[in-house]
Amino acid sequence: MLLLTINEQSHDVDVRDTIGMTGTKYGCGIAQCGACTVHIDGVATRACAVSVGDVAGKKVTTIEGLAENGVLTKLQQAWVDLDVPQCGYCQSGMIMAVSALLRGKPKPTDVDIDSAITNICRCGTFQQVRAAIHAAASA
Amino acid sequence: VRHLPTGARGDPRRGKRIGYGSYVAAAAEVSVDGGKVKIHRIVAATDPGYAVNPAQIERQITGSFVYGLSALFYGECTVKDGHMEQTNFDSYNSMVIAEMPKVECIIMPTGGFWGGVGEPTICVAPPAVLNAIAAATGKRYRSVPLKNHGLSIA
Repeated sequence: MLLLTINEQSHDVDVRDTIGMTGTKYGCGIAQCGACTVHIDGVATRACAVSVGDVAGKKVTTIEGLAENGVLTKLQQAWVDLDVPQCGYCQSGMIMAVSALLRGKPKPTDVDIDSAITNICRCGTFQQVRAAIHAAASA
Repeated sequence: VRHLPTGARGDPRRGKRIGYGSYVAAAAEVSVDGGKVKIHRIVAATDPGYAVNPAQIERQITGSFVYGLSALFYGECTVKDGHMEQTNFDSYNSMVIAEMPKVECIIMPTGGFWGGVGEPTICVAPPAVLNAIAAATGKRYRSVPLKNHGLSIA
């Protein structure tokens, strides 16, 4: 049995299929699109390219683990307030990537955003994503 | 200004199957430095007839430029030995936030018909940018994607 620590709790296997946390999405499978982004020991990581054995004993945070006691983070609230998503598929990964960015740079510039956020969004929500990042940073 | 084929208005047989039928136009501001094209700004207008949810229409128009500009710069499918060579985002790029210009949307519903808003402006993304490149450099590109001409997004 492999014990994974996901959102502060121990689970013995994988996020989507057995635990039922379906927020993390499977996209390209080759770490290009970012839809599967989670935090592993606090670092935004594209989960599709990480072997499950490499996560054993590490702390994994998924989109389900961002809110505390049912209260959305400022970042998630900004996403809601600005109606960022369209189809939504990439957005969990996008939010996880941004969450990690804001932890390192609480007031990111556009240049910081450009270099840190490389998630693919085929709906093209980028303008709203950028606006939400700045809104969350100043909230 | 380019008008899309207006199936919805002109041909009732086609119009019932196609959700476009909108009138669209776009203009681009670019600067070209060697092989690097910087797109500073896109202004795109859509007349979809009726506008039910302008905020969503604006997002759809904006997003259509991710498609249209990705197609212009990167989009190419090639076949080798009976197989597509492009199989994923490592070989078939989609524009990311750093590459996307600001897109300003003008929604100008004149009423009287129901047009689509998601796809029509995809069609004016390449001509708007190509015309701007021609205005900046005097050079006309007659084939896409532009990566095959050594041009990439700055």
